[in-house]
Amino acid sequence: MKKYIEAVLLNGERIDGRKFEEFRKPVEVSYDVSNKAEGSARVKIGKTEVIAGVKMDVGTPYPDSADRGNLMMGAERLPVSSPEFLPGPPNAETIELARIVDRGIRESGMIDLKKLCIREGELVWNIIVDIYTINDDGNLIDASALAAVAALKNAVLPELVNDRVQWGKFTKTKVPLNFEAINATVYKIGKELVIDANRDEEAAADARLSVSVSETGSVHAMQKGGRIGMSIDEIDKAIGMAIEAVKPLREVLK
Amino acid sequence: MTKDMLVKERDVVVPGEELATGMDYLPSEGAFRDGDKILASRVGLFNLDGRLVKVIPLGGKYIPKKNDTIIGTITDVSHNSWRIDIGWAFDVVVFMREGSREFIPNDADLKKYYAPGDMVVAKIIKADSPRMTDASLKMPGCRKLGIGKVIEIQSSRVPRIIGKQGSMISMIKESTNCNIIVGQNGKVWISGEDHKMERIAEAAIKKIEAEAHSSGLTEKISEFLKKECK
Repeated sequence: MKKYIEAVLLNGERIDGRKFEEFRKPVEVSYDVSNKAEGSARVKIGKTEVIAGVKMDVGTPYPDSADRGNLMMGAERLPVSSPEFLPGPPNAETIELARIVDRGIRESGMIDLKKLCIREGELVWNIIVDIYTINDDGNLIDASALAAVAALKNAVLPELVNDRVQWGKFTKTKVPLNFEAINATVYKIGKELVIDANRDEEAAADARLSVSVSETGSVHAMQKGGRIGMSIDEIDKAIGMAIEAVKPLREVLK
Repeated sequence: MTKDMLVKERDVVVPGEELATGMDYLPSEGAFRDGDKILASRVGLFNLDGRLVKVIPLGGKYIPKKNDTIIGTITDVSHNSWRIDIGWAFDVVVFMREGSREFIPNDADLKKYYAPGDMVVAKIIKADSPRMTDASLKMPGCRKLGIGKVIEIQSSRVPRIIGKQGSMISMIKESTNCNIIVGQNGKVWISGEDHKMERIAEAAIKKIEAEAHSSGLTEKISEFLKKECK
């Protein structure tokens, strides 16, 4: 199958007829999929499906960021989503998935963490984002990142009485977001670069580069995966492709 | 239908349902005998073939049968055999003497014939128990497959994909000008000059799989192919 995919790519086509820098269609985002979470979203990219949920809690800040809220990101690749995923403690790929999503959101400064400080050095908001994969048809990274951003966009603060969170009672205050950092992963198959690989393409990919991009087109985070290297030219091209490719995703998020 | 038959032909039956009584009938695939009753062991359509009581499964994993032509991937090569993954819980084994129509010397490097990762068309020659399921690569039609697209469908839909005397599959082959091999295990290999045509063939096969139970499917697919292949 890898040889076939490479042969088709050399011909300037992809196995499912898409363009190289095109996301699968439809990309769908639905909000409020969980009524217990402060914010939640379900994202579908083609047949790939991910749910993300945001829970808010209060806690003491870390000593090195006394005036800032905390962000925690967790991912779980549920066995229901792919025959390859097993139950049990997260493995390296699952942790990497959470870390790529985390880095895109954290390092871009997308969340205004300073506004999440209640009393400096004493009490701050903790944001806990959990990602659950529902179906893996390739490119879980981008679907998870989009779901996490959508869930954060959807999230509100819960009521706080005497420094205790009133579970189930929500205020109308949104989690303060500066902008949206969206992730696009470029897969390298043979000598070609493609966006949003489906399951077969992902299995055939030699390397991948996840790029987190904001509205202005600035790159906030990158993560390279796979065993084969990428040249500087390829990375340049990949970043260019990622910046173009996230534009339709940003439309979906609005 | 005689008085011993408890269900009608093509009825949907569930596991444990009584199909027949008496010793006049014999349990076959998907059925078993309990005392003088024959019970169903899986969900499917009831079928009576002479004295044989069968349940044709509605879905589920492929289970190899003797003389099935299957498509698989070589997973392992040993000093005297190959193992093939056919999408079943167990790998099937091809012994050296069944490997090729040409003579394979005793000390030959079997990787030169089929290496791990190669796709092959093979025929099941023995299906006695999971561990004793062997295939052959020297029967007519068996060979190593070249570069092509492999898609997976439900193995219970394979007869629909092939059609009566291969009518459906030859229609797809003719209109898309693609080479298509359908394995009984639900793997389909498609290879054509034009990749667009390969995608149309894939879409047609997926359409048949999705609408396998509807009537007039041949006309629907013929229309679909006419529209797409313009």
